[in-house]
Order: sequence, then C-alpha cells, then structure tokens
Amino acid sequence: MNVLVILIPVSLFLGGLGLLAFFWMLRKGQFDDPDGDANRILRSDYDDKPKT
Amino acid sequence: MSATADHPRPVPRAEAAAPVDGRLMLSLPTIHCAGCISRVERALEGAPGVNSARVNLTLKRAAIEADADVTAEDLVSVLAGAGYEAHELDPGVLAATDADPGARDLLMRLAVAGFAMMNVMLLSVAVWSGADGVTRDMMHWISAAIVLPAIVFTGKPFYVNAWSALRAGHLNMDVPISLAILLAVGTSLYETMLSGEYAYFDAAISLTFFLLAGRYLDYRTRASARSAAQELAALEVPRAVRLRDGVEETVGVADLIPGDVVLVRPGGRIPVDGLVALGNSEIDRALMTGESLPAFAGPGHAVSAGEVNLTGPLRITVTAAGKDTSLHRIADLVAIAESGRSRYTSLADQAAKLYAPGVHILAAVAAVGWYLYTWDLRIALNIAAAVLIITCPCALGLAVPAVTTAASGRLFRKGMLIKDGTAMERLAEVDTVVFDKTGTLTLGAPQPVGLDRLSETEAKVALGLAQGSSHPLAQALVTGLSGPAAPLSNLHEVPGFGVEAIWNDTPVRLGRAAWVGAEAPDVTATFLQIGDGAPVALTFTDSLRPGAAEALRGLRANGLRVLLISGDTHGAVRRFADEIGIEEVMAEALPADKAARIATLSDAGAKVLMVGDGLNDTAALAAAHVSISPASALDAARVASDMVLLGQDLAPIAEAFDVAVKARARIRENFTIATVYNVVAVPIAIAGFATPLAAALAMSASSITVSLNALRLK
Repeated sequence: MNVLVILIPVSLFLGGLGLLAFFWMLRKGQFDDPDGDANRILRSDYDDKPKT
Repeated sequence: MSATADHPRPVPRAEAAAPVDGRLMLSLPTIHCAGCISRVERALEGAPGVNSARVNLTLKRAAIEADADVTAEDLVSVLAGAGYEAHELDPGVLAATDADPGARDLLMRLAVAGFAMMNVMLLSVAVWSGADGVTRDMMHWISAAIVLPAIVFTGKPFYVNAWSALRAGHLNMDVPISLAILLAVGTSLYETMLSGEYAYFDAAISLTFFLLAGRYLDYRTRASARSAAQELAALEVPRAVRLRDGVEETVGVADLIPGDVVLVRPGGRIPVDGLVALGNSEIDRALMTGESLPAFAGPGHAVSAGEVNLTGPLRITVTAAGKDTSLHRIADLVAIAESGRSRYTSLADQAAKLYAPGVHILAAVAAVGWYLYTWDLRIALNIAAAVLIITCPCALGLAVPAVTTAASGRLFRKGMLIKDGTAMERLAEVDTVVFDKTGTLTLGAPQPVGLDRLSETEAKVALGLAQGSSHPLAQALVTGLSGPAAPLSNLHEVPGFGVEAIWNDTPVRLGRAAWVGAEAPDVTATFLQIGDGAPVALTFTDSLRPGAAEALRGLRANGLRVLLISGDTHGAVRRFADEIGIEEVMAEALPADKAARIATLSDAGAKVLMVGDGLNDTAALAAAHVSISPASALDAARVASDMVLLGQDLAPIAEAFDVAVKARARIRENFTIATVYNVVAVPIAIAGFATPLAAALAMSASSITVSLNALRLK
C-alpha cells in the first residue's frame, strides 16, 4: 500500500500536465476550426508548419 | 444582389464604421471539404494584393490579409471564378465572436471538472473495491482535496445563476443543481471527518462535469445563433454617398436629412426615399414590392429605400430619412406583427417548470421522513443529498442541448443558419408553408426565352448591343446568345432606356418598349430595333431557384399545405404557379395583405412557415410561426426571420423540416429516458439504498444514453 504515496501524486501530476496542455491549446485557438483541421490533413499540398 | 456599399437598414448602427484596413472576411456557404479549402485559399492567394488567406471550415468563413486597396467585391468575383459562392462580412461586427470568451471559459471549467472527476473516480474505485479503515479515509481525504477547489471553480456558473434567481424570488434549474452539489460535498466532508463509509465526492464532481457539458453545448448553440445574427448584420453595411457642393462623401444612412442629395451608382441600393434630381435609369423594385419588371426612373420620379438602381447613376434628393421612410413604415409593420406573435415556451422550459419544484419537494420530504423515522440528522441529510444527486438533471440538462447541437450542426452543413434557439422546435409544428415568388422561389435573375426564333443577323446585333451594357437583361442575353457579335460602332448606353449603336450605317437599338416605339407587354421583355424596322421582342422569364422543386416536393410529401403569395401581377403569378404546381395563390399582395393573410391562417389554427426575401415580406415573416429567408434577401427580411439559407439552393428547407421533426422526437425520447431513469432510481435513493457506486453508475449511464440518442440525428 505504501506505493500509493508515490503513485497518487504522480498520477495527479501527470493529469495536471495534461490539463495545462489543454489550457495552452485552448489559448492558442487550436479548437477554433475543428472541421477545417480534420480536413486539412487530407490535402495534398505540402506544408511544413501551420499557417497562422 | 451582391453586397454593395450603400444599403439601408431599419435600425441604424453606429458601430458600422469603415472596415478595418487590410483585413477582410468572406462568408463561404458552399465549402465542405479539404479540396474546397485548398482551392479557395489558392484562388485567394493568387489574387493581386492578397498577402494571406485562411479558411475556417467550421464557421464557413475566410479571413484575408490584403493590401488596403483590395475590396471584398474583387475577391468575391475571384471566388465566383473558382466556382464558390461568397458574401462579404463586416469584420468589425464579427470581431466580438472571433474569440468567444464565454465558450472558452465554460470549456476550461469543463476540462477542470473532467480532470478532477477522472482522478476522484480512480480513488473511488479503490473504495468501492473494498478499501476500508485508514486507507478508505485517506482516499476520501485526497478526493476532498481535489474536489473542494475544483467544485468551487467549476460550479461557479450554476451558483451565480441560482443566486440571482433566488434573489429575484424565482426557482430555476440551477437552484436544485447548486443545492445538490453543495449538499453532497458538505455531507461528504462531514462523513469523511467522522471516518464514514459513504462519500459522494465523485458523484458531486461528475454531476458538475455532465451539467457543464450540457451547458457548453447549449452555450455553443446560442452563440452560433447570436453570431448568425451578427454575421447577417455584417453582410451589408449601411452607407450612402452624399453630394455636398459637388464633393462626394460617404456617410452613414442615419446621418442623412431631407434635402440632402445622394448619389446611387448602377448596381447600388437606394438608401432613402426621395425624388430623382438628375439622371435616367431603371430600378428593380423586386425586393420592395415583388414586381419582377424593372421600372423606369427619371427626373421627378419618386423612388423608395430598398430599390436597386440598374443602369445609370442617379442623384436623388432625400425626401424622407429615418422614421419617415417607407422602409421604416415596414419596420413598424414588423413590430406590430411581432407583438402579436405568441411567446413560445420551449420543451426544455416546460420540463424545467415541472422539474425544479418537484425535486425540492422530493428531497425535503425524504429528509423530513428519515429524520422523523430515525431522529438522526446525519442520515436525513445524507438521504436528501442522495436524492438530489440522483434526480439531478444530468440527463435533463443534456437532453435538449445535445439534440439541438446535433441538429443545428447538420443544418449548418447543408447551408442553413439558425438564428433563434426555439426555431427548430417551432419548425417541427408547421403544417402550412407560404412562399414568396420573386427572389425566393425564383432567383430574381432573368433568363431569355425563345432566342432561337431570332434571325442570325438579329442575334448577332442583339449580342453586340447587349455586350455594351451591364443591365441584368443585357447580361442575361450575353449569356444566352452564343456565336459572333456583329461589329458595331459608336456603341453607347442611354441610361434608363437601353443601348444604341451604328451597324453598317444603320442605327440599332436594344431597350425599353417605349424607347423603340413598341407596346409594353406584361412580361419582362426588351426590344431590338434595326434601322426603322419593326421592334422585335426578346422576352425573359425569371429562372427557378435551384432546389425549389425539390423543396416543394419534400414539403408536400410530408403532408404540408403550400401557398404562394406574391406582390407581382396576377398574370405572372398565375403562370408561375401553374408551372411549379402550386394551387393556392394570391397575387398583387401589399405588405400588409401578406401579414394579414398569415394572421388569418394562424387564427384558423394553422402553424405557418413563411419563406420570403423582400421588404414586402418582412411583416409576414415576423407574423408567421417560423420563418426562413435566403441570404440574398434584404437584411430587414433576414433580421425578421428565424432561419437563413446561406446558399442559393432551396432544397435545405424540406430537409430542415425533416430534421426539426426528428429533433423534436429525439428530445421527447430523451425526456422519456430521463424520466424512466428517475422513476427507477428515486425510490432507491429515498429508501436509502443509493450507495456512491450506484449513484455514479446511474448518472453516467443516463447521461451517456441521452447523448448517444442525440447523436443518432447526425
């Protein structure tokens, strides 16, 4: 059972990282055009980074 | 009806100032795939002066960074060349919806609730699977440490709403929700302190999570309805060109006063009521009156706001501005019609009205009953919390938003914007459909008929003359006639009358009946005269809007009664109705007649769907149970209607009716699911058998069932 003392903080920390990543994505507007992003990956023209 | 600069609107908006430099927004109703994104972006970026273009497929818009001298009209025609319909949007008005802080705020709370829920559930699994003693207490304490801050943050929208409702002396859905959350967390904390067996931290936070999901969907539907309204307001910018001491200046329509002289260029919409001071032209009154024939306008002729100037520039002396314009009189009609419209109570509101008091009574009865039975306040409060959690409207809170989100998403993909939250439910009740003719069932764009009856010479001369004018009839001729044009010299347009030129030393003319000495027919026609020969009539019909036949077939297949009410002449309306197969028609209807007819139908118990585009339709649109207008409609008409068709196609109307009927059925099914679940679970909770595990299972199961049921609509 002692292992829980390590595992619970670790799981909370990792979950928290995910949460922070989500906040960052939200701020960056990555959820502004879900349909468009889903379709853009199907395009044949090459782009090495997303246009702003 | 392209978006030109000078359009009137009933309510002047001060914020409609000049567009932001270099940033343009276009609405693209027909894009739907990856190929569309590429083609549109490539077409736009290939246009001169455009620095970058970015398509947003979700909103069906394109944002363009361009040099200041690039106008939206240029880009609209570039896209028309690439095969895409586009409309200008006012970026100033849209800025508000661009980064929607409300949706982001809710999404952030939803994420925090989801994070807390997952962690607490994980800890709870340990408790459910048999942890006891110190381990259980530790799990409960860690859960409490996660849930307490999370619930304060994530539940804020509910607390705020509940508090403002209570302060105003009302009960809304948020009161039992807040009570359930706070009571569950409170009793659980107390239980944890006493090393109790049951804690409802997981239930409290997952309740918040599901409700926030429903709230978020609901907010998105409302926001897209609101942004639809803004998008429409953004489609046309109310400005006029005023002439003062020979200098042109662009001013807001609201700033005009009687006596001002405004300049209206060909293709522009007349912003005011007035008298023509200088210039000859033809004007298109279709949007104002439903007449399909262009009318002549010369010095001294009265023109009214909303009409479109076709051929020559006109200087107009303003006789009425603001409240006195015919435009505003129609706005008054709209206001009267709207006040007569009965307030519609949505299905969700009806459910909430039953639900909120019911839950409180149930929880109170359970608490009092258990207290009297055991004389133990702790048990009584625990039971009350369990009852509140079990009855809490997870399913109810998701039942309506999940369905409306799915339905409006589906309609948006078909090219239909829903402006009003209850429009879909109202559409499902419709049993009678009233169509306007000009501009609604027809495109309002003429098409030449019987061109093959022309001799070869006539066709060549007509084509040559038609190429010299931008009048819609001439443009239609250019499209309709093929082959080489006759070589003409001295080609020039006589505004208001037609075009004339010299062909092999013979004067030739193409224009109005009176100008070439012919009898004016009752159909749209222009006349060709070669030398002193007899004028030849070239007649036109208004082409049917794509999808109109399908829409009518679809509506009829659903057993709806279809009527046609138009402001056009009896002959034209009758002919058209026979062609398209509508039996009940009413012609030469004034705006008030249309609204009155709708009112008569409504009084007889019919639920009327009005489809119209003109100013003369606005009162009828507002009077009807639910209304639809095409994007080409005048903004006053779009403001008065509940739904707007973004593309040219009318077919989505029949589809919208289908979707609305299905959506209403799904909402009712969801209510049934939620009710059945409550009927089963509430006795268990009142009897005191609702363990945290049972509560968590029941809550998740009902929420997921309801969401899946809503998704069947897609």
